[in-house]
Parts: sequence; structure tokens; C-alpha cells
Amino acid sequence: MIERRYTVHAAMKNRKERILPCRIFRFYYDGFREMTLGKTLWAILLIKLFVIFVILRLLFFPDALAGKSEEERGEIVRSELIKHR
Amino acid sequence: MVTDLMQSVEWSRAQFALTAIYHWLFVPLTLGLSVLCALMETQYYRTGDLFWKRTAQFWMRLFAVNFAIGVATGLILEFEFGTNWSNYSNFVGDIFGAPLAIEGIMAFFLESTFFAVMFFGWEKVSRGFHLSATWLTAIGANLSALWILVANSWMQYPVGCRFDIATVRNEMTSFWDVLLSPVAINKFSHTVTSSFLLAAVFVMGVSAWYLLKGRHRRMARSSIALASAFGFVFSLAAAFSGDRSGAIVARVQPMKLAAMEALYDGREAAPLTLFGILRPEEARTSDDDAFHFKVEIPKMLSLMSFRDAGAYVPGINDLVEGNEARGILPTALKMERGRHAIEQLARYHTARKTGDTAVMQEVERLFDRDTPEGEAFLRDCFAYFGYGYLESPRDAVPNVPLLFYAFRVMVGAGGFLLLLCAAVWWLNRRQRLDKQRWLLRVMILSIPLAYLASQAGWIVAEAGRQPWAIQDLLPVHVAGSYIGSTPVAVTFFLFLALFTALLAAEIGILCRQIKIGPKESNE
Repeated sequence: MIERRYTVHAAMKNRKERILPCRIFRFYYDGFREMTLGKTLWAILLIKLFVIFVILRLLFFPDALAGKSEEERGEIVRSELIKHR
Repeated sequence: MVTDLMQSVEWSRAQFALTAIYHWLFVPLTLGLSVLCALMETQYYRTGDLFWKRTAQFWMRLFAVNFAIGVATGLILEFEFGTNWSNYSNFVGDIFGAPLAIEGIMAFFLESTFFAVMFFGWEKVSRGFHLSATWLTAIGANLSALWILVANSWMQYPVGCRFDIATVRNEMTSFWDVLLSPVAINKFSHTVTSSFLLAAVFVMGVSAWYLLKGRHRRMARSSIALASAFGFVFSLAAAFSGDRSGAIVARVQPMKLAAMEALYDGREAAPLTLFGILRPEEARTSDDDAFHFKVEIPKMLSLMSFRDAGAYVPGINDLVEGNEARGILPTALKMERGRHAIEQLARYHTARKTGDTAVMQEVERLFDRDTPEGEAFLRDCFAYFGYGYLESPRDAVPNVPLLFYAFRVMVGAGGFLLLLCAAVWWLNRRQRLDKQRWLLRVMILSIPLAYLASQAGWIVAEAGRQPWAIQDLLPVHVAGSYIGSTPVAVTFFLFLALFTALLAAEIGILCRQIKIGPKESNE
């Protein structure tokens, strides 16, 4: 009985494993789980991305011409180019 | 306000230079080491020898450290375009947008998708699939570089575009002209081949350390054999593409060439200065008083620039003051024509505000290449648009000592590395490298030298473009945004801290991994 249950479970697992998205998920899941050096690198990467996208981008780097139409941007830049004469 | 603007532009320049220099500490190793890893894995695929698998895995670990720490550092440059260089960002229009978008969509995704297979897939996918993933990661990394370099080349040599006066943007008219411009092709080949050389020197240097310590000798010797041959081939390719660069610069950026050579007076059969010590700026007015001393190769500059030993090479004074006999316009005349182009832009701006459609149409025709008056105006005036912002003809001269010395550092170090690769390959092949302990030390010390050469190359390329953000069309001080200098100065130091921390992390982790060495080694 136990053996049969095990066989059914293994068959279900195999069927799942054959589905491409599940296999891709498994691939990444196992890959990340088995990382050693990679964990340190991911930590550095995530801290760096947080500093770049949250701290620097939001606090210090608003786009000067963001949210303006092409014509409005042209208007602003044209007056800047003329101002520098 | 004007002073604050100038300070802001100067801080923005410093910030951009800092970001680009730090970013470029990570990139060349990624470009070259990815290919070397793929070559090592190809050896494993061909021979089935597990030694090559372990060797490839070890270098891939160092590649991963460099990739993880360096990735996304270039994004800060894109933030700076929007904030510090908004006039420039608008002016370049879709010329920058298209290559950068392709870089983001195609190359980066290609690289990051197969990067995972490269690291997680060793026992999970077939050997052939894994090898393909490693090669695709290497190709993706190098394709990323292609698109960035295409965008950069357009700044040096703006082609394949038309200027839209309504939006003040340069619209791309020919993607192929932008992609296949001689500057773009040559910049890509020179940058990539020199990056391959840098990675080869890195592999040789790390392997030399193992030989000095008497550890992992087989891996070290095999890595040196591959890297020295790879480095030798690509140092020759870098020398060839560098020579081509000189010839292209002579045609499209003659002032850059004259400044690189500190050539003040143009002449036929111009010599190439091998080395020299420049006099202070105020003392340099002509070739007679430019140097304390110099060592020259006769006729070589003419030969390298125009493939003709007797060809005329214009000097800084010719380009500033003009030389009628040689058909070189004086900078003062270019400034006058540039001002005329700016005046037309101002007329159009006023006409738009007042709704004067007759004047608008008149100016629009001037900026339209398809009208007879437009063709003449664009060729004679708009081509010198940026000169209209210069205050003095001498403002068109870049920093001569910086270019002169940086160029010689690049070429000197490149030549030395070429000889080093050849000597190391030969000695290693004859199994005599282990005994040359001084040479092993030189190989380790050559790692920073390769980085220095790489940075010096970019200094020549970018400082030589000054005062232009876009060659002849937009000077740097006009390209900047009207923002206060304080936030730019604050972020400069933030970047300095961030990048220094990243670099320290990279060096620390790399050194630790090198000390650990390759895994599962039975040597």
C-alpha cells in the first residue's frame, strides 16, 4: 500500500516536472538554494540596486524634462539653447 | 546664476567622469573573461576532460563576482543624462534611445537568461546546451557593449540624422548609417579587443600568483597557455584597430589628433612623437616651443593618419586660425556661422510665441535638407552650430597635456602587454615560465597596468572630444541642465563612496576566491 502511494506520488511529481514552467521554476529554485558564493553576491547586488533605484533615483535624480510633451520639451530646450548665446 | 550654472556643469562633468571611470573598471573584464570561460568550456566539451570543466568553473566564479558587482553601475550614467544633461538628452533625440533600448531588450536579456543556465545548469542540462549558454552569455555581454559604443560614436561623429527645429531633437534618418559609421565600427572593435587583452592579462596574472605559490600548477599553466595566446592575438587586433582609429580621427576629429600629438603647426611628412615633456600651457604657442624635449619618428604621423608619408597633417594653430591654402576654415568664421544658426533658432522661437507662421515657415525651410536654401544652410551654418557658443577660438582646443600623456600611457602599456603575452606564451610552451619568478611578478603587476591602459584610452576618446558633448554641434556647457551645483556636488561624493565600496567588495571577494582556488582539484 505504502509502495503504491509512493509510486502515485512519484508519477504525479514526474508529470509536474514535465511541465515547462515547473521545470524552469525548479531550475531556478534549486540553483538559488544551492548557491554559496552567490548568496553574498546577491546580497551586494540587492543592496546596490536599492541604493541606485530607491535612494539615488528618487531623492537625487528627478528627470528635469519628465512628464512634458515633446513640444513642451522642445520649447524648454530651445529657450535654453538661445539663452546660452 | 551663471556662475552657479558653470559650477553645476563642472560638477556634472566630474560626476560623469567618475561614474564612467568606475563603471569601466568592471566592464572590460566581463567582456573578455566571458569569452575566455567559453573557450575553456569548449575545451571541456571537445575533450571531455574534467580538468577543463573545473578550470572553466573556477574562472566563471571570478567572472560572476565581477559581473554581479559591476552590473547596473552604468544605469547611473543614464540617470545623469536625464538630470544633469537634460539639454543634451533632448538634443540627441532618438539617436541614443534606439541603441540603448536594443541594448536593454536584446543584449541584456540574452545575457541574463543564459547567465543563469551557465551557473545553475552544470548538472541539469546537456553539455552542448550548457556550452551554448556560456557562449550566448559572452555574445550577449559583447552585444551590450556594441549598442552603448554605437551611441557614444554618434557623439564623436553625428551621422544618419536630421535636426527637427520644432522639437529641438535629432531624428534618426538611417539606423544603418548610425550603426555602421566608421567611428562606431572601429570604436567597437578597438574597445572589445582591448577588453579581451585586459581579461587575458587578468587570467595570466592570477595564474602567475598560483605558480609563485606552487599551487594548482596544471590549471595555472593551462590557463596561461590559453590566455597568453588569446591576449597576443587580441593585442595585435587592438593595435590594428587603434591604428585605424588614428586614421579615422584624422578625418573626423582633426583637433583631437592635433592635441593628442601636441602638434601646433601643421606640416607635410609630419613626425610622430614617441615621447616628450611638454612645456607649461602659456609657453606653448608653436612646435618650436611646445616641448622641453621630444623623441620623434619622421613622417610616421602622416603615414598613420592618411596612409601617405608625405601627407599634410593640420596642427592646433591651423585649426584655430585657419589655413586658406589647405582649405581649413578659421574657428572664428565657424563661430560666426554657428551664431547665425542660433539666431535662426531664436527667430523661430519668437515666431512660435507670437504665432508668426510666415517666419516659422521661412526658418523651417532653412532646417529642411530637401530645400535648396536648407541644403546650403545646414552645410554652411548648422554644421557649426556648437561653435556659436564658444567665446574664443581657443575654446575649441581640448586639454593638450592630458591627451598627449594619456595617449602615450595607452599605447606604451598596450605595446608592453603585447610583448608580455608573446614572451609568456613562448616560455610557458617551453616549460620555462615557472623558473622566471621575476616575470611571474611582472605578470601580476601587469593587471593594474592593463586597467590603466584601458582607462587612458577612454580619457583620450572623451577628453579629446572636448569642448563638445556632440562633435561641433553642442558644447558641454550648453548641454548641461539649469540645476543647482550643491545637489550635484553631494551626489558626486555619494557616488564616490558607493563605487569605492563596490570596488573594495569586488577586490576583497576576488582575492578570497583566488586564495580558495579551483574546487575539486586533485592536483
